[in-house]
Amino acid sequence: MAAIVNGWAMKKGFGLVAIIFWIVLALLPMVGLITEDPSFEYYMFMGQSMLIYAIAVLGLNLLIGFNGQISLGHSAFFALGAYTAAILMTFGGWPFWATLPVAGAVCFGAGFLFGFPALKLEGHYLALATFTLAIAVPQLLKYKPIAPWTGGVGGVLLDKPEPPEWLGLSVDQYLYYLCLIVAILMFWLVFNLLRSRSGLAMMAIRDHAMAAGTMGVDTALYKTVTFGISAGITGVAGGLSAITIAYVAPDSFTLQLAISFLVGLVVGGLASLPGCLIGGAFIVLVQNSAQSISDWMKTTFALRYDVPAWAIYGVLLLLLMYVMPTGVMGGITALRQKISGRRTTRVNAPSSTVVRPGKTAGETTPAA
Amino acid sequence: MDFFVQQIAAGLTSGAIYACVALGLVMIYVSTDHINFAQGEMAMFATYLAWAMIDAGLPYWVAFGLTVAIAFGGGLFIQRVVLKPLENAPVLALVVCFIALLSIFNALAGMIWSYTIKQFPSPFPARDIFGNGLVSVQQLGVVAVTLIMLGALTVFFRYTTLGLAMRAAAQNATSARLMGVRVSWMLALGWGLAAAIGAIAGMLVAPIVFLDPNMMTGILVYGFAGALVGGIGNPMGAVAGGFIVGVLENLVGSYVIGNELKLTFALIVVIGVLLLKPAGIFGRVIVKRV
Repeated sequence: MAAIVNGWAMKKGFGLVAIIFWIVLALLPMVGLITEDPSFEYYMFMGQSMLIYAIAVLGLNLLIGFNGQISLGHSAFFALGAYTAAILMTFGGWPFWATLPVAGAVCFGAGFLFGFPALKLEGHYLALATFTLAIAVPQLLKYKPIAPWTGGVGGVLLDKPEPPEWLGLSVDQYLYYLCLIVAILMFWLVFNLLRSRSGLAMMAIRDHAMAAGTMGVDTALYKTVTFGISAGITGVAGGLSAITIAYVAPDSFTLQLAISFLVGLVVGGLASLPGCLIGGAFIVLVQNSAQSISDWMKTTFALRYDVPAWAIYGVLLLLLMYVMPTGVMGGITALRQKISGRRTTRVNAPSSTVVRPGKTAGETTPAA
Repeated sequence: MDFFVQQIAAGLTSGAIYACVALGLVMIYVSTDHINFAQGEMAMFATYLAWAMIDAGLPYWVAFGLTVAIAFGGGLFIQRVVLKPLENAPVLALVVCFIALLSIFNALAGMIWSYTIKQFPSPFPARDIFGNGLVSVQQLGVVAVTLIMLGALTVFFRYTTLGLAMRAAAQNATSARLMGVRVSWMLALGWGLAAAIGAIAGMLVAPIVFLDPNMMTGILVYGFAGALVGGIGNPMGAVAGGFIVGVLENLVGSYVIGNELKLTFALIVVIGVLLLKPAGIFGRVIVKRV
């Protein structure tokens, strides 16, 4: 039975585990209804943030993990999405849900355009250009001539959307479901994209751009479009954050935001979709518990100073690069392979069979 | 006209600082082929060390010398301990590593010295040279220090055995190794030099922009722009690029776009150079063999 469901689910684009996982996420707000714990609203808000970060990390992962282009500037697209949603709601009087596709489209366009110069840049240079973008954005958002729309330094205050009465949900539960639905849509989209010819082309470019080009993949087109889609997804996350927080301001979109996306990506795991959710949750958890982690470290190691969240992020990034460069999901996969014996299913590793001279090409010897 | 001259002078002063930062970036780039995103934060941290020493009562130049020495050791240490294990890692791992260093230094400085802005003493008096309010001794001093540093580095690389060994290690590691050059240590030396140069840049800039943990972020971007304009593999070019970017930034800022978009200007310069002339003005085009 499970096999049938699993097979069906794989065909439909989601593994069984993933479907159960999403259902559990969808049932979470019910806990609040049962326990009637007043602090549950706050957990719902944390849940929204986790999902939003997960979507942003998903966008970044598509670019870095699956296409091999490094971006340190995705905070810029997050900001663009947030401001698009905020401006449409404030000045266009749009309903909140309608602003999300527009935020995605605008960011897709911006990402596509940024992808053109990015085409010529590789590795460190692309990181450098996007790093500059991330630093320039807050200042650009404060620019006086556009202040009538962006609100300048002060930003824009929005109204939180009211849930329709027949649903019987609180505001935060309602917004949680909004984030969850958008997240499912985005993950479903990326999952299918990656299984398509286009997805294979993206990964081929990551693994060996020149070989991919020789095989007839239009590397320039795929790289710019991937940059666009990645920016678009992150832009949708930005729009969601504007709706749920009901406030946008230039100083929330600094380089530090881009770094936290990177942290989420590296912690969750490169080129792993479930890893994005882990990464999103991780970012929010560290931000929320920075104070208690700091207090704990102060008492345990007898430190005289507060330990800021950024020190924790930094040390973690370094440690992960040494110990678990493939993130939590990579670690889980490695562990599973260890437990299930030598059934290695590495996709990206070079062919494990070697043709020995003196044998016919068909006869291969497994490498030791 | 006076205003114009003043802007040029101010541009040359900030250009000198960008040139220092660019020089540090070039140091690491030529010795390891990496772009160090933590260069600015390392410089900031070293400047805080200098501040703490001066605050404790040491004379300025003693603190200056000690800071440069400590920064050199620190750079060496970072390369040996943090980056050595990642010598053959993919670019992404290195970028993540640099970003991690950036966060750690920034957080450490905020943690130890708090985020309040501090005043940093300048060794140069602020009075005018010609008495007409155009160029101050302070500005001249900053430019002079940069040029002296460039001269010293040029001499070091061109006329000393160690400098030659470093260049050899960067250009062809295998051959250099066969000739008995300890390549890995040459890389570490590059990091040490870069950190020391960064410390000097930090101590030069701190009296102008005041000391706070985020003081180098914008300057680093200009340093990048300067290094790219001049050619990121060329120390002389990087210094020239730093000066060019500094003057341009001031002129564009005061005559065209105003002060609010200065970082956007840096962004445009970076992307423009990378697109139109990736090797920079003075750089050589490197042909990659596939």
